[in-house]
Amino acid sequence: MKVHEYQAKEIFATFGIPVPLGEVATTPNEARLIAERVAKKVVIKAQVHVGGRGKAGGVKFASTPDEAYRVASAILSMSIKGLPVKKVLVGECLDVKDEYYLGVVVDRRSQKPTIMVSAAGGVDIEEVARVSPEKIHKFIVDPARGLLAYEARELAFKIVPDGKLALKTADVVRKLYNTFVSVDASLAEINPFVRTASGEMIALDAKLNLDDNALERRPELEKLRDPESESPYETRAREKGLSYVKLDGAIGCIVNGAGLAMATMDMIKYYGGEPANFLDIGGSSNPEKVIAAMDIVLSDKNVKAVLFNIFGGITRCDDVAKGIVAALNQMEIAVPVVVRLTGTNEDEARRILGGASVVPVSAMDEGVKQAISLSRGGV
Amino acid sequence: MSVLVGKNSRVVVQGITGRDGKFHALQMREYGTKVVAGVTPGRGGEDVAGIPVFNSVREAVAATRANASVIYVPSFAAADAIYEACDAGIGVIVCISEGIPTLDMVKVVDYLKQRKVRLVGPNCPGVITPGEAKVGIMPAAIHMPGPVGVVSRSGTLTYEVVYHLTSRGIGQSTCLGIGGDPIIGTNFIDALALFEADKETKAVVLIGEIGGTDEEEAAKFIKNHMTKPVVAFIAGITAPPGKRMGHAGAIIAGGTGTAKEKIEAFQAVGVPVAKTPAEISELVARRLAKRSEKRNQKRVTPRKSMKKKSRLKGRQKKISKNVKRSAKKLDKKLR
Repeated sequence: MKVHEYQAKEIFATFGIPVPLGEVATTPNEARLIAERVAKKVVIKAQVHVGGRGKAGGVKFASTPDEAYRVASAILSMSIKGLPVKKVLVGECLDVKDEYYLGVVVDRRSQKPTIMVSAAGGVDIEEVARVSPEKIHKFIVDPARGLLAYEARELAFKIVPDGKLALKTADVVRKLYNTFVSVDASLAEINPFVRTASGEMIALDAKLNLDDNALERRPELEKLRDPESESPYETRAREKGLSYVKLDGAIGCIVNGAGLAMATMDMIKYYGGEPANFLDIGGSSNPEKVIAAMDIVLSDKNVKAVLFNIFGGITRCDDVAKGIVAALNQMEIAVPVVVRLTGTNEDEARRILGGASVVPVSAMDEGVKQAISLSRGGV
Repeated sequence: MSVLVGKNSRVVVQGITGRDGKFHALQMREYGTKVVAGVTPGRGGEDVAGIPVFNSVREAVAATRANASVIYVPSFAAADAIYEACDAGIGVIVCISEGIPTLDMVKVVDYLKQRKVRLVGPNCPGVITPGEAKVGIMPAAIHMPGPVGVVSRSGTLTYEVVYHLTSRGIGQSTCLGIGGDPIIGTNFIDALALFEADKETKAVVLIGEIGGTDEEEAAKFIKNHMTKPVVAFIAGITAPPGKRMGHAGAIIAGGTGTAKEKIEAFQAVGVPVAKTPAEISELVARRLAKRSEKRNQKRVTPRKSMKKKSRLKGRQKKISKNVKRSAKKLDKKLR
C-alpha cells in the first residue's frame, strides 16, 4: 500500500526525522491559512499516487498567503495522469545547498533489508542506478541485530564529507531504518534529503510503501489508505478478498491462482485479443466470491466476453459452477460467458452447469480462442 | 531417488485440526505419504482420523521421528510455526500459508539458512514426488512418476503445465512449488541444483513470473552449472508495471522484473521459453527425445573403439560426479 507524502512525513516526524514545517490542505482557503502560519515562502505539492507530479505542474511555489490560495486552487482542480488532485501539502520553502538520497528496501536477492545512500539526490534514483551505479552506496543489514550506529556512520561518511553533518545524516539513516521496520514498510525513501544554508539536514520529500501482508497487525496504518488511489472496483475486490487489476481489453477473466490468471491474460494477447483485467478468486471457492467476481468484471463496460479459467485444487469446480449459476440468475448478463473447469469435482460441476447459458470448454487454449471470437460477435 | 520429499519422509502436519490442515492431511495420507503426526497447541492427545495430535512439534518429533513438516496455520501464526519446526529438528519444512509479513520472512529465512534447514514456501502449493509422497495441496491425480523435474512460483499454473505433461505421457520426478512471495526459503537456483544432482531427473521445467530477478539468476546458473536440459515459461507478459498481480512477489518495480527481461535472459543461455503452457510439454518431449537419441547413438559405437568408449564413459562418470558434488556444495553455500 502506498501512502501520501504528507502521511509519510508525519510518520517520519514521529520517529524523529527532521521534516519541513507544513500541513495538508483540501481547499484553497486552508492552503492560505497554512501559508500564514508558516509565515514565509511556501511550496505547494499535489498529493497523488503517481510519479512525475513535478513535471506535470503539481508542485509550485507561493510567496504570499494570497498566492498560496491561487496556486492551491489551480493544483486542486487538476488531474495528474488521470487521478484528480484532492489534497495538497503546503510546506515551508528551504534554502537548499545539497541534495542527497536515503532509502531502505527489502532486497530480494540477498533477502535482507538494504540501505542505499547517494550524494546524487533530487533526481530519479533508478536513473542514477542505471547510468552511474557507483554513485549509490549499498549496505545489507543483518536482520537479527538491525542497523548498528557505526554502520550508519560509515554509510553517511561516504556521501557527506563534513563530520558534523555526516553524524546528523547517520542519525537520520538509523531513524529511517527504524521507521521501515516499525511500520512494516516495503520501501522508505527520502529523496531529496537536503542540507540547508543554515546547516540543517532535512527530509524534503518522503516516500513510504507498506507491506500489505502486515496491515492486519497494524490496523492504525490501514487508515492511511486513500480510497481515491484505487478504482471503486478495486476497492470492492479487495474487500471481498479478490485480487483485481483493471486493464483496457474486451475479455474479462476470472481465474483461480495468480500465475494461471497472468498466463490466461498472456494467452489472450498471444491469440490476438486483449484482456480486460487480472482477477484471481484465490484458493477458496465460495460461490459468493464467484458472484462478486462476475459483478466486478461486468461493471467494466469494455467487457464483451467473460472467460472462466479454473483449475481445481483446493478450489472445487462444483462450488465455482454453483456461483456461476447463481450469478446468471441474479444478474442481467448481456455478454457470452465461456467456462473452463478442470480438476477437483469437475464432473459434478459439469452437471450443475448443464442447463446454464454458458459456453463450456475443456481446455485453456480452446476457452481463450472461444472468448476472443465471441467478444467480436462470432459464434 | 527424488527431491526433498519421498518414501522416507515422515510428515508432521502443523495446524492439523484446522479446516485446510485436516482436509489435506487426509488427502496426503490417501496418496501414500507417511503422515505420522499433527500439531495443534492445546489439542494434544486427540487424533485426526487416526493421526495422533501433539501440542508441539518437539513432542511430535520425539514420539514419531517426523523429519518433514507441512504448515497450514493462519498467516499471523505461520512464522512462529516455521521457527518451531526448525527448532524441533525438522529438516524439510513446507509452508503453505499465505500472507506472512515480508519482514518476518526476512528473519525466518536468515535463521533457517544459518541452521541449514530447508524451507519451501511460504505461499506455495508444496512438493510432490509422484508415486512416493505428496506434501502440499496439489491435486494428486494429474501427476505421474517420470523424468521431469518441475519448479514453479505458482500453484494452479503448475497444475495446468503438469496436466499437459501427464496427458502427453511425460511423468515428473518431483514438482516443487517455491511460492509467490518476495522472500522465500527455496529459490529457483536451489531447486535447479537439487534437480541437477537427482539421478531420476532428466529434464527440468521452470515456471517463472514477473517480479524480482530470480529467473535471471536461474539463467546464469543454468549456463554455468546445469547439464540437464531446462525448458522455461514466464507468466505476466501483459502485466502492467507497478501493480501487484495477486502474488505479493509478482510486481514490476522500478522498471525491473518484467517478463521480457526474464524471457531474454533464458533465451540468451539457450533455454527455450514456451509461449503457452501447452507448448511446454512439446518442448520437453523434444528435448527428452534428443537426449535419448544421443544415448542411442553412443550405444551403436563399433567394437573397435570399445576401449576408448569405456575410457570416455569413465570420464563422463567422473564429470557428472564432479557436477553433482559442486551442485551440492553450491546448494550448501546458498543455504
